[in-house]
Amino acid sequence: MSTPQLPSQAPGYWPGTAPAAGGFVSPVPMRKATLADAVLAEWTKIRSVRSTMWTLGVMVALIVGVGMLIAVAVQGSSPAETNTASPLALGFIGVLLATICVITLGVLTISSEYGTGLIRTTLTACPSRSRVLTAKAVVFSLLTLVITLVSTLAVAAVHSSVLGSRSTYEPTGGDWLRATVGVSLFMALLGLLSLAVGALVRHSAGAITIMLGVVLLPMILALFMMMDSLRGVRDALLQYSIPAELAVLYGTASGTGAGPTGWEPVWIMAGLAAVGLAGAYAALARRDA
Amino acid sequence: MIEAVGLTKRYGAKTAVHNLSFQVRPGAVTGFLGPNGSGKSTTMRMILGLDMPTSGRVTIGGHPYHKLPNAPRQVGALLDAKAVHGGRSARMHLLSLAQLAGIPARRVDEVLGVVGLQDVARKRSKGFSLGMGQRLGIAAALLGDPAVLLFDEPVNGLDPEGILWVRNLMKRLAAEGRTVFVSSHLMSEMALTADHLIVIGRGQLLADMSVKDFISANSADFARVRAPEPESRDKLTAALVEAGAQVLPEPDGALRVTGLTLPRISDIAHDADIRLWELSPHQASLEEAYMRMTQTAVDYRSTADRRHGFQAPPPGLPPTGPVPPNWGEAYPALPGEQPNPYTTQRDSKDVR
Repeated sequence: MSTPQLPSQAPGYWPGTAPAAGGFVSPVPMRKATLADAVLAEWTKIRSVRSTMWTLGVMVALIVGVGMLIAVAVQGSSPAETNTASPLALGFIGVLLATICVITLGVLTISSEYGTGLIRTTLTACPSRSRVLTAKAVVFSLLTLVITLVSTLAVAAVHSSVLGSRSTYEPTGGDWLRATVGVSLFMALLGLLSLAVGALVRHSAGAITIMLGVVLLPMILALFMMMDSLRGVRDALLQYSIPAELAVLYGTASGTGAGPTGWEPVWIMAGLAAVGLAGAYAALARRDA
Repeated sequence: MIEAVGLTKRYGAKTAVHNLSFQVRPGAVTGFLGPNGSGKSTTMRMILGLDMPTSGRVTIGGHPYHKLPNAPRQVGALLDAKAVHGGRSARMHLLSLAQLAGIPARRVDEVLGVVGLQDVARKRSKGFSLGMGQRLGIAAALLGDPAVLLFDEPVNGLDPEGILWVRNLMKRLAAEGRTVFVSSHLMSEMALTADHLIVIGRGQLLADMSVKDFISANSADFARVRAPEPESRDKLTAALVEAGAQVLPEPDGALRVTGLTLPRISDIAHDADIRLWELSPHQASLEEAYMRMTQTAVDYRSTADRRHGFQAPPPGLPPTGPVPPNWGEAYPALPGEQPNPYTTQRDSKDVR
C-alpha cells in the first residue's frame, strides 16, 4: 500500500489553518510531457481494452486461418490443377476479410473516446490536440503494420512451400515484398484513413458504415453498370476499388491491364490517408471537443 | 486563479453563456451555482479550452489553458463521471492519463488510495456505480497534484458518506492553497462546502459574493403570526404597521412580520385584544433565496398536468388551479431583506 501524496498532518492541511504563502506547490516532480508520453498512453489504452485485443485476434485468425484453409483446399485438389498463378496470391482472401477488423479498430481508436466523452478528459490531460491524434495514428498504424506483416509472412511462407510445386510461376523477390510488406503498409494506411474518418465523423457506427461503403460499394456499383456509355466509370471503379488494389499487390489484378500496377496501390492509399488525416487535424483543432 | 472576462458562448441561435465575468481565487472553495442548463458545464469546458468562447476570454494564472506551461500539472478537472471507457479498468484508465500528462506512474496508486478505490482498481469501470464513477473522476482530477481544480457536480450520485467525504476533500484542497471551483445546482450543499459563490442563471451572472454575504443579504429573520379570523387579521396588520413593522400576508393566511421583536408583536396583539394562534420566529432559507434569485432564469420548469391527477388536491383542501406562471412570487422579496445588487441583471430579457 502506497502512501497518499497528501501529507496527513502538515501545516495548512486542515480547513481553518492558514494556507501556505505563495499558493500551492506540488511536491510531485514536474516534467513536460512529450509525444513519446502520448504514444505510451495510447499503447496503454489499446492494450487495456478487451474488445481491441479480440478484434486484433480475429484479424490474425482471419489472415492465418483462412490462408491455411485455402492451402489445405488447394492441396487436396487433383495434382493436375497446376497453373501459372503466383502461389502467394492465395493469401488475398484472408487479408480482404481482415480489412473489416482494421477499419473497425481504426475508427474505434478515436470515435469511442467521443462516444463516452473520454476525449474531454484526454484533451484536458494533453491540451495539444495534434499530439493526441499523432499518438493515436503512430500507435495504431505501427500495431496494424506489425501484426499484418507477421501474419502475411507466415501465410506466404506456408503457401510457397506447400503449394509452390503446383504452379509453374516462381515468385520473385519483388512479389514477396509486395505480398508481405506492401500488403501490410496498405492495411496500416487503410487503418489510418479509418482513424481519420472516425475523427471527422466522431460517431462509431457512422464512421464504420462510411468506411465499409468506401471499401465495398465501388465494386458493387460497377457490377450493375452494364451500359456501354458507362464503361469508363465501371472500369475505373473496378480497378481502383480497395479490394482490386489489394489484389494488385498480390499480383492478381483483373485482366484488362489498365489500372494500378506494382506498388501503386500503396501510394494511392498513402495519398488518401494523408488527405483524411489532414482533414482530421484541421477539424480537431477547430471544433469544440 | 481563474479569471473570466466577458465570456460568451453561442450555439447557433442559443446563447449558453452571456457576458460572464468572474474571478476564482486560490485558497478557497468557490461554488458555481445555477439551475440545470444555466451554462455551468459550458463555462467549465471553456476554462479547459475544450470549447472556444464566441467572445471574451478565460485564463488560468494569466494564460489560456492551451498556452499554460505543463497544463495537466497545473489544472485538474472532473467533468463527467461517466466519461470513461467501460471496458478499461480504473487503474489502466488513470495510468493512461498519467502517461499522457507525463505524471509519474506511482501517482496512480496514490490517487486510487486517496479516493478509496484501491480494492476495485483492477475491475472494469463498466460495473462501477455512479458514486464510484465520481470517485474515479476525482482521482483523475487529482493525478497531476494540481494547484487549480475544477469539479462539475462532484456529489451527484454519492451517498451521504460520500458527500461528506467530497465536502471535506474540497475544503482540505483549498486549505492547501489550491484554487477549487465546484459546480452544483444544490444551494444547500454549496452553503456547507463553499467559501465563495458565483451564481448564474441562463448563462448570466446573478451573484458573485462570499457565502457569508450571500446569507446575510438573502436571509432575513421574520416572525410568522397567525390570527383566527380575517377581521382580526386585518386589525392586527393595521396595528403592527402603525407600530413600524412590515407585514406581508402569506398564502395560507398567516402574516410575515419583520421589524418588530416577538415580545413586541405579542404586546401589540394583546393591546388590540386579538388572540394569536401562532407567533413563531423564522429565518428565510438560503434555498428560498436561491430559488428567488434564479426563478426567472430556469430553463426547464414543469407545468401542471391535472389530467393525470399528479397535482390533484388532497381531500379537504380547496382545489388548486394550475401553477401560475409567477408561482415563485409566493415568496416575494422580504421587507427586511437587503436588496441584492446583482438580481437586477436577471431582468434583461435578451436571452430567452
